[in-house]
Parts: sequence; structure tokens; C-alpha cells
Amino acid sequence: MSSSAEEIEKVIGQKYKDGFVTDIEVETFEPGLNEEIIARLSAIKGEPEFMLEYRLQAFRHWQTMKEPNWAQLKIDPIDYYSISYYSAPKKDSDKPQSLDEIDPELLETYKKLGIPLDEQERLAGVAVDAVFDSVSVATTFKGKLKDAGVIFCPISEALQEYPELVKQYLGTVVSEKDNFFATLNAAVFTDGSFVYIPKGVRCPMELSTYFRINAANTGQFERTLIIADEGSHVSYLEGCTAPMRDENQLHAAVVELVLMDNAEIKYSTVQNWYPGDENGVGGIYNFVTKRAECRGANSKVSWTQVETGSAITWKYPSCVLLGDNSVGEFYSVAVTNNCQQADTGTKMIHIGKNTRSTIISKGISAGRSQNTYRGLVKVAKSAEGARNYTQCDSLLVGDKCAAHTFPYVEVKQPSAQIEHEATTSKISEDQLFFCQQRGISPEDAVSMIVNGFCKSVFKELPMEFAVEAQALLGLSLEGYVG
Amino acid sequence: MISIKNLHVSIGDKAILKGVNLEIPAGEVHAIMGPNGAGKSTLSHVLSGKAGYTVTEGSVTYKGQDLLALEPEMRAREGVFLAFQYPVEIPGVSNIYLLKAALNAMRKHRGEAEVDALDFLALVKDKIKTLEMDEKFLYRAVNEGFSGGEKKRNEILQATILEPSFCILDETDSGLDIDALKVVSAGVNALRDEARSFLMITHYQRLLDYIKPDVVHVLADGKIVKSGGPELALELEAKGYHWVEEQVA
Ligand SMILES: Nc1ncnc2c1ncn2[C@@H]1O[C@H](COP(=O)(O)OP(=O)(O)O)[C@@H](O)[C@H]1O
Ligand SMILES: [Mg+2]
Repeated sequence: MSSSAEEIEKVIGQKYKDGFVTDIEVETFEPGLNEEIIARLSAIKGEPEFMLEYRLQAFRHWQTMKEPNWAQLKIDPIDYYSISYYSAPKKDSDKPQSLDEIDPELLETYKKLGIPLDEQERLAGVAVDAVFDSVSVATTFKGKLKDAGVIFCPISEALQEYPELVKQYLGTVVSEKDNFFATLNAAVFTDGSFVYIPKGVRCPMELSTYFRINAANTGQFERTLIIADEGSHVSYLEGCTAPMRDENQLHAAVVELVLMDNAEIKYSTVQNWYPGDENGVGGIYNFVTKRAECRGANSKVSWTQVETGSAITWKYPSCVLLGDNSVGEFYSVAVTNNCQQADTGTKMIHIGKNTRSTIISKGISAGRSQNTYRGLVKVAKSAEGARNYTQCDSLLVGDKCAAHTFPYVEVKQPSAQIEHEATTSKISEDQLFFCQQRGISPEDAVSMIVNGFCKSVFKELPMEFAVEAQALLGLSLEGYVG
Repeated sequence: MISIKNLHVSIGDKAILKGVNLEIPAGEVHAIMGPNGAGKSTLSHVLSGKAGYTVTEGSVTYKGQDLLALEPEMRAREGVFLAFQYPVEIPGVSNIYLLKAALNAMRKHRGEAEVDALDFLALVKDKIKTLEMDEKFLYRAVNEGFSGGEKKRNEILQATILEPSFCILDETDSGLDIDALKVVSAGVNALRDEARSFLMITHYQRLLDYIKPDVVHVLADGKIVKSGGPELALELEAKGYHWVEEQVA
């Protein structure tokens, strides 16, 4: 009889299912990074003048910066000058105008990933922007959204069609000097999604972007900008996959969210980049800067993330709570297995009065992986009546992995109320045997226990993503009776 | 129902069971009594398939099959149920979810459809009442923060829902006050019928006042050293385990 610990690892360590490569003709820049490359990138995208200026400024600043080294991560040195910064499927230089004109190989790719780009096939109620390496290849339901006044398009297109809008907001939440990876992104970002929800509009459908890295030896630098104007409301989902390759690949994204008075954004991520093999060879380096600014009073942002992929994850979706009574939430499930490393968490910056934040973090470590929660709760002097609740739970599977928790708190306002709870637990052989004795297979038992552990986060995900997230963890949806 | 022949079991190099013979026909209740460390829980674990034990000799036949060859979950699906001496806590998993997952696993094994959600709820609410447990227990995490007695009731609730054919009760009476003992015994008695067998492990004769066994065995030092009718339990209570141990020696 195999030992229970092995059973657990087998369940957690399912084979990566999205690791195939799409064979498609591409246009790729030669490896290298300099001002000329950046100018070419900007030109190929037909960007307005100010964008090139912005990129070059960022690049010049980036050259003076050093990689951050404070995270609990072991990272092999990255040669930023030997990566290719642009790769896109070759097609007529005009982007496909309708879905029928998309390369069938690409349609097939997304279909395989469970993201049919065909509007008829797609579950009604979700619009998709599909980003393949450096470009957006399709955006569905644009027409329907336009009728509601919502702009949802690739950011490269937004730069051409709504340059003033982009200029007004781009880099205002995460400045081009923010940090090493964000600055690099500002210099070389290729595509991503742009969303504008006008005043008082409830976005009529879920918006989603699906990021796919396909080409070898390229980085993906995506940029997402979402603006929720006064009283508007949007739910946005993001998914990510990549082929299995022996080399590490860099993914350095920046996501900026802007919220005006009474606006609400729900931002959900299911991150399943290739994690590398069981010996830690290959996998994506996922170095991401995500930040939301609640500029308006009573605005509310919530980040929900399910992180199962990537060799290394460095990611702290944050909320700057400027507006009085604004609310920030962070719900996270981070699973690491084999040699994966994750250093993830959030920052809640309370500036406005009566601002509230909630942090629920669930870390699951298996194999020889390292899983770190790192969070900062900062309450400025101005933030009278601010409140934060933080809960960090770690679940260990086996005894070669590790979980770490670094909750930082800085409070300058005496009326602030900060609560923190943390637990560490382990799936025990006795628990597994108990379930088996009730007729439940060890696989289902692990699923059930892990699912139970993550329940408070999964319930924050939109239904369709919850299903995907649970499938990812090899979980069966926990049914609620009564 | 179950036939245990010359069962020898060790943990590591340490021999725990040293030739257990036991025959339980369908419909009978057999009690096993014995001093601490005699190997009673070991027997219950080996029958239900817990890892960490080595069967060095002997056989167990259950419903005509080689029980020891089956994975633990298969034994459970075939109707072997163990009410644990120390039920484990499973944070995050609600009691009702576990019950439903378990029942559906059994049904699937029998080629039956999953239980209808409403039927299931009605069934569970009915059964939980007979055990005088609050319905709130259904929505709490499995055994988390339950008192010792509540955990034992919860085990019997599971047996009541799963309707096993062979039920092992490992010291289900310990930790129960007299009222709880009555309720739990009533639960077990309600399960008794001619198709179902019980192996009831206990230290105390008082349980046998409530659940009348057909046969009482004494397990000492890894062997069944004496078997008899219910009167054997009374005798043991009066004279202590030393009495049998001396008799055998
Ligand atoms: N994991 C273990 N490792 C070593 N010895 C054990 C282990 N579990 C039980 N034992 C020993 O096996 C013997 C029988 O234990 P057990 O079956 O629990 O007895 P009972 O239930 O009759 O009190 C005891 O001597 C106990 O110490
Ligand atoms: Mg015992």
C-alpha cells in the first residue's frame, strides 16, 4: 500500500495540462534591450508620441536600478539583455477585425485551454480579451459592451483610439519609477487590456483577459489599466498559462486600477503559468506589480487570486485607500509544489477616514516548495477610524516544504483597529485514513481538505472561475446542502 | 460475516497480535474486553486497513473475500465501519459534506446514483434527532472543537447514515456520561438486525447493560484468552483481568 504522504503529493502534483506549444509563424525581435529596440516596439504598435517618451524615460531610470532582493526567494540571475522583447503571430499588419479572420491555430489554442473565442460558444456573460505573447489576438463582445458605454480593448488599441484617456491615467497608480520590474514593464510593455467603465454604469458582463506565453526566450510584459468612474461597477477576471520549457521565462506585468467615488472593482486572477518540472527546471518567473487606488469616497476594490503556477511568484496586489470609507480586500490561495517558490501578499495603505481592509491568505505548500506570505498594513495619521482584519493560514503537505509569514504593520493613527490571526496546519495521515474509512479515496480526501481550507477564498471568485480554480487544485466543488 | 484466523500483527519489530481467532456470524454482537495495551485498537485498525501494521501470519475473510487485500476505502464501501476510539478533526470540511461524500462513495460503489440533496437533508435531520444532537453540528467542521462525547455521537451518526454491514466500535462508551451512553446505545441498538454484525470494544461492563452482546471475548497480550456469554463480562468486572490472565497462564 502506498503511503498517504505519497498520495497527497500525487494529488497536488498533477501534471501541467496546458504545456503544449502552438506552431505558428511569428515575428520576433532579436534578443536585446536598448533605446532603439524600444523605439521599434513603439513604432510597430503605432503609438502616440507621448508613449515613446514615457517608455524611454522609464528605460533610462531602469538602468540605474537594482533588482529587489528582500523577498524570500532564490532567483537565478536573469540577463535582461538576452531576452526578446517582442513576439507576435505573423499576420497582415492589420489586426483581425472580426473573429473569423483569426488564425485557426490560435482559435484552436484557446479552445484547448478551455477559452473558446467564438461568441456563440462562449458562456454568455463573459467578454474575453486574448493576449498571445506580445499582442492581443481577439476581444469578444466589444459591440455589446460599447452599447453600454464600456470600453474593453487591448491597451495597444486604446493608445490609438483613446490616447487622452490612457495618458490621463497610465502610470498614475504605479509610476514608471515604482520598482525594478514595474519600471522595466513601463519601458517595454507590449499589450494587455484597457477597461473604462463610465459614470453610473454597471458593466453588463464579466470581463476577462487570457494571457498565453507561447514563444521561447521571450518575456511577456503586459499592462492592464482599469478605470471605474463614479458609481460604476465591474468584475474582471484574468487567467494565465504557458508551454513547458526548460528555460525560465520572465513575465513582468503591471496592473493599475483606478476607482472614483462609489465605484467598485472586483479583480480575480487564476494564475497557472508553467511551474517548472519536479526538479525545478524551467518555469515562469512571475514578477508582478498590481495596485488599486481608491481615489473616491466609498469605493471598493477586491483582489482575489488563485496562484498555482510559476516557478517563482513575486506579487503583492495592493490597495491605496485614499477616499473616505473606501474598502480594500485581498483574498488569496497560493499553492506551491516541487521546487516552486512564492512570495506573495498584499499592501493595504489606509489614508482616508474610516477606510477598511480585509486580508485572507491561504498558503498550501507541498514537495520541497517555499511559500511566503508578506503583507503590509499601513495606517496614515489621516486615517481616523481605519480598520484591518488579516488572516493568514498555511497548510503543509509533507515535511520537506516550508511556509513563512511576514505581516508588517505600521500605524500612525491611534484610533486604528488592526486584527491579525495566523495558523499553520498539516494534512495528517490520520485525517486521510479517517476519510478512507468512510469510503472516500485519498485523492478525494485531499481535495476535500484542501478545498475546505480554501473555501473562504473560493467563495469570492465568480462562479465560472471558482470551478476552474477548483479543477486546477484537483478539487471537487464542495456542495452546500440546505 | 467475518472470520479471523490465526492473525499475527506487528508494528515494526514489535508483535502486538499473536494469533487471534474470531468468528462473527451475521446478526451477532461480539464484545471484546481486555486490559490497556492488549491490542484491541490494533485489531480494529488492521481490520479497517490502517497503514503502519504488518500482518505476519493469518487471514481475515469478510463476506467471502480476502479483507486484507482490499484498500481501506474499498473495505469501507464493502460495509466495514470503524467508530474510532479517537475521532480526528478535519478543519474546513463540514460534517454534512463529509457525510454526503461518504454516502455517495458507497452508493457509487453499489452502482447507485448520487443521493438527492433534499432526500439526504431529510435523512440526516431525522437521524441526528435520534442521537439528540443539535442540527448545528451538521454545519460545523468535522469534530472540530467537539467534546469527547460529541465526537463519539458523531461517529454513531455516521454509522447510522452509512448503514454498514460490519461495525467496529472502539471504546465508543469511553468519555460518555450516563445520559449520552443511553442515547448512543439506543443508536447502536436501532442498527441491530439479522444482517448486521458488531465488534464492540470496551473496558467496561456497563456498556453491555445497554447493548446486549451475544458473545464476550477477552483479549490479553495479543490473544483471545477466553470467550463466553454476557455473564463473562460480569465475572470480569468482579474479578478483574488478572483472573483470566492467571487462568490462562
Ligand atoms: N505506533 C505504534 N508504535 C509502537 N507501538 C504501538 C503503536 N501503536 C500501538 N502500539 C502498542 O501496541 C500495543 C497495543 O496497543 P492498542 O492496540 O492501542 O491497545 P488497546 O487498544 O488494547 O489499549 C500497546 O503496547 C501499544 O503501546
Ligand atoms: Mg484502544
